[in-house]
Amino acid sequence: MAKHHVSASVNGDPVEFLCDTQDTLLDVLRNNLQLTGSKEGCSTGDCGACSVTVDGRLMCSCLVLGIEADGRDIGTIEGVAEGDDLHPLQKHFLEEAALQCGICTPGFIVAAKALLEHNPDPTETEMRYWLAGNLCRCTGYDKIITAVTNAAAELREK
Amino acid sequence: MGNEEQQFKTVKKSAATSGYKVVGTRPVRPDGIEKVTGRANFGADLSLPGMLTGRIVRSPHAHARIISIKTDQAMALPGVKAVVTSADFPEIGPKQRGAGEAPISFRDLSRNVMAREKALYDGHAVAAVAATTAAIADQAAALIEVEYEVLPHVLDAREAMKPDAPVLHDDIFTKGVDPKPETPSNVTQRFQFGLGDTDAGFAEAEVVVEHDFTTQCVHQGYIEPHACVVDTTEDGMATVWASSQGQFMVRNYSATLCGMDISKVRVLPAEIGGGFGGKTTVYIEPVAIMLSKKSGKPVKLVMGREDVFRATGPTSGGHAYAKIGAKKDGTIVAAELTMEYEAGAFAGSPVQFGCMTGYAPYDIPNVKAVGYDVVVNRPKVAAYRAPGAPVAAFAVESALDDLAIKLNMDPIALREKNAAKEGTQAAYGPKFQRIGFVETLEAAKDHPHYSAPLGPNQGRGVASGFWFNIGGESSAAIHVNEDGTVEVVTANPDIGGSRASMAIMAAEVLGIGVDRVKPLIADTASSAYSALTGGSRVTFAVGKAVCEAADEVVDILRARAAKVWDVDLETVEWKDGAAINTKSDEGETLTLAQIANSAGKTGGPISGAANINAAGAGPGFGTHICDVEIDPETGRTSVIRYTAIQDVGTAIHPSYVEGQLQGGAAQGIGWALNEEYIYDDKGRLQNGGFLDYRVPVASDLPMIDTVLVEVPNPGHRFGVRGVGEVPIIPPLAAVANAVAAAAGTRVNDLPISPPRLLAAIDGAK
Amino acid sequence: MTQMQFEAPTSIDDAVRCLAAAGESAKILAGGTDLLVQLRSGRVSPETIVDIKQIPELREVREENGGFRIGAAVAGAELSENSAVKSAWPGVVEGLDLIGSTQIQGRASLGGNLCNASPAADSVPAMIAAGAICSVVGPDGRRDVNVEDIATGPGQTALSSGEFVASILLPARPPHSGDAYLRFIPRTEMDIAVVGAGVSLTLDDDGTCVAARVALGAVAPTALLVEAAGAALVGTRVDDAALANLAAAASAACNPIDDKRGTIEYRTKVAGVLARRAAETALERARAN
Repeated sequence: MAKHHVSASVNGDPVEFLCDTQDTLLDVLRNNLQLTGSKEGCSTGDCGACSVTVDGRLMCSCLVLGIEADGRDIGTIEGVAEGDDLHPLQKHFLEEAALQCGICTPGFIVAAKALLEHNPDPTETEMRYWLAGNLCRCTGYDKIITAVTNAAAELREK
Repeated sequence: MGNEEQQFKTVKKSAATSGYKVVGTRPVRPDGIEKVTGRANFGADLSLPGMLTGRIVRSPHAHARIISIKTDQAMALPGVKAVVTSADFPEIGPKQRGAGEAPISFRDLSRNVMAREKALYDGHAVAAVAATTAAIADQAAALIEVEYEVLPHVLDAREAMKPDAPVLHDDIFTKGVDPKPETPSNVTQRFQFGLGDTDAGFAEAEVVVEHDFTTQCVHQGYIEPHACVVDTTEDGMATVWASSQGQFMVRNYSATLCGMDISKVRVLPAEIGGGFGGKTTVYIEPVAIMLSKKSGKPVKLVMGREDVFRATGPTSGGHAYAKIGAKKDGTIVAAELTMEYEAGAFAGSPVQFGCMTGYAPYDIPNVKAVGYDVVVNRPKVAAYRAPGAPVAAFAVESALDDLAIKLNMDPIALREKNAAKEGTQAAYGPKFQRIGFVETLEAAKDHPHYSAPLGPNQGRGVASGFWFNIGGESSAAIHVNEDGTVEVVTANPDIGGSRASMAIMAAEVLGIGVDRVKPLIADTASSAYSALTGGSRVTFAVGKAVCEAADEVVDILRARAAKVWDVDLETVEWKDGAAINTKSDEGETLTLAQIANSAGKTGGPISGAANINAAGAGPGFGTHICDVEIDPETGRTSVIRYTAIQDVGTAIHPSYVEGQLQGGAAQGIGWALNEEYIYDDKGRLQNGGFLDYRVPVASDLPMIDTVLVEVPNPGHRFGVRGVGEVPIIPPLAAVANAVAAAAGTRVNDLPISPPRLLAAIDGAK
Repeated sequence: MTQMQFEAPTSIDDAVRCLAAAGESAKILAGGTDLLVQLRSGRVSPETIVDIKQIPELREVREENGGFRIGAAVAGAELSENSAVKSAWPGVVEGLDLIGSTQIQGRASLGGNLCNASPAADSVPAMIAAGAICSVVGPDGRRDVNVEDIATGPGQTALSSGEFVASILLPARPPHSGDAYLRFIPRTEMDIAVVGAGVSLTLDDDGTCVAARVALGAVAPTALLVEAAGAALVGTRVDDAALANLAAAASAACNPIDDKRGTIEYRTKVAGVLARRAAETALERARAN
């Protein structure tokens, strides 16, 4: 029973792992690479808690096969901070109390980071539509929007 | 909705907390860094060496007798290490009841966790397997052969009450009716609350409104599916890592269901990814314990999203009839409420709480609230944020809205005229002490939202709500470190930011900076008992325990200083984090850090503890304003503006209090507009996923403005009232009333999905 | 248990060979937003998954005779970033763009959306209205198939074993023409279309409509090209009366089911409303061209 041997880069670090065809990238990140920051909320691409970037493109890792990661750059929540320095999004999520239980937070931060790289000055409406694939059941999204708005402003000043 | 609306939020420290140093500020939460970096460990994030994957086999039938379960093929599959059915669990007698907030039937709980004689809903667990890989576990699950005798099923409460309805249990004889029935039925209990004489009251009424309402079953919708890892050892110990709303609850329930001494189960609380009441019970932990015992290995059991919808929660759908009679000047003279709630497969809907809370915000001399708890072939309901109250408030607050229209009276003025105040006799029993309902109505009236202009196809709705809030058994311990920093140890999972509030309260009492306080959530072996996180009790009751533990620490610190100075204890005051020798001319002081540093010389390590059963919880009231815009050609509703106003007692950490209001409002909006369980004609759930179970997404909602009215609760030294549950109560009617205003016709059936609204609009033409 | 195989051919010929070798039990992977969900739920259990994203034609967007040939596995997010396609065929891009969330957009493709053959597929009505043509490859070579002829029923296509859609050709846009796609969903995002309407119309220099194609989604076993609705606009100035006729024709063509997303009555009613609104947007765009 031969598994696939995959070489990829995760948050800039080279990784190798073995996986079956039907293992998703989310399975691989969590189980093979012990990167449990990406969460499984639904496994059908409807909640965004598993959000990662693949070659810079935002996707649900539950809808990507592990083997598709071969040769690709994967970005997860674990790679958002730079060493001890939190990314402005992480900082503002904390300052604005944009998380309550925190299960959706990794997905939101990865998605919001992708948004601000794509559009550094989004309107509230643009933010809400970009983030519509990230479900939050605790906050009603209000403070998340405030945090993203403030982080965007800080990033634009840099 | 633009950012300009945010100017109306409370951002300054309020008058209620201006006298405090830490209480009322907004420090970054102590567990925040882990949560924004992905480090925090939730239920599914732990792995142990040699761990097996567990899977649960579930009934595809809504109602069926289980004739046999064949497990040998599954057991024979290489890699399968254990198979479990109800035969592995002890039979629990009907009299065994749990202690705590509300009595629970362990017999029912055991059967819900693993079906015995019957499968009672689509998704009911009938067996479980553990295997070396997830793929093998899935295969093994498919090899379990269950023989069913399919029975007719019933899903609706009123249908289930009919004499020819399929009967789920042959031992349910309706309680609360006279004479006691001789044949079993699906009605487990009839409740009645009230005061006065409603017949006489209605006779005096000059205007009467009455409406029939229906609501659908909705799920708490937490993003984290239930998950646990269990390890057992040969001496009979089970260690359970699980996300839940109460590690002591998990311990108690799991030990009972598995026939173990409580001391043989240790539960370590993982971070919890949402609960809202739905994780105040167990589903998978006892199963994982049995799988681990049988296999001799650690077992990880995680529910899939579809199984979460099929087999956990939800809260009751049901029917409500409301009738209100008033004088022409708006004085309400009589009010009635009759409700039938779906309990799911086993007794225990929250219909009695609906009866108790529906009219509670109002001072009405004649009230009669009757509720029926009805079993149906749906998953057993679990608590969902103010259980029972939202549906009752939907009926009452919609009827009030209609009354206001008929009286040509402003809806807030109508509520003010009849508002409960300090001294009002509530229909469900007690006399209110100091409460803040009127203050929420005034704040609503004065809020710019209430007078903002509306455009075409737009409408505004107002609604209020009430919740008791509870206290309960709580423990806290405070340990002083050698450097003067402090650990605050409690045993309640943090589902909304309560760690921050514990740290704030401890810091306030001790007089030190909140950054010197480290809150920890302990497991069942490392802390005294604490009742679960729910009932909006943690900041209030666990907070009380934290304050009392801090008081004890302060007394010890004073005593140590007294020893150093060789003075009487009464001479030593504690202020701003330091002991002061009031008899010294130089104003001798010793800081907490100094005393801590030499604790060994003055008597040893310094710790304080409090184990209480907190009384004095203050009830909460909320008033919400909602604007909607409808599309009259498609029936679609957009919420364009929302303001949630609530009496929160004292906001220990205002950001997290605001968060409770916003989150509850969002859930209520989803409940009102789009969320519902959809079953096919075989009783199988059709929308067990976030695609077709439609919770609000970010683009569905505007910014949610909040107003924290602070009427301190006299039962808590900082004035804390529970805040978590009230916010979900007003939105159902606030939205429905807004839609009624926008569309010119009222929809009394939730959710007000586009087809329902379009049919109502077309019907009204 | 047999291991599920995975192939990632790098040319059309390789892919055709792979599929022929794998037989009936092969599934094609483009964006995976439908396939992985079906795999997980056990609805499909292929023995082989063939990833077609390594084939250059499947991932490219090229101009062709004034129109655009879009690789079947180009992701929605990528297509939205192609300003030339977006400005020529905004309705088609809108349709693809509406599928799911930003995360789904990072993967979902025209080819996948079409060949998954859900009656509610968002990209299909606008492609039909545009007159898009698929280039289908297989063991017997290459052939052109009109987009509206691909899906034959829910989850069923006219493709034979071993065939797949390699690219989709959007024709050159005539002057004074515009297209639009609208869908009805109960929330603002994330729902499967309850009704979808795609309209493409062309005006002459005087503003009279000379051609119109109207397609509806989620109201029949496959997306429908409603010829009567298009005909209702031709020869008119697309005034209120013509739009009312279009709406009526759209509703009349509906053959929907009652399901958890909508009832027959509701879909039929809203189809007319949406078709009219999509036509209004297409008209605005046509007048601006």
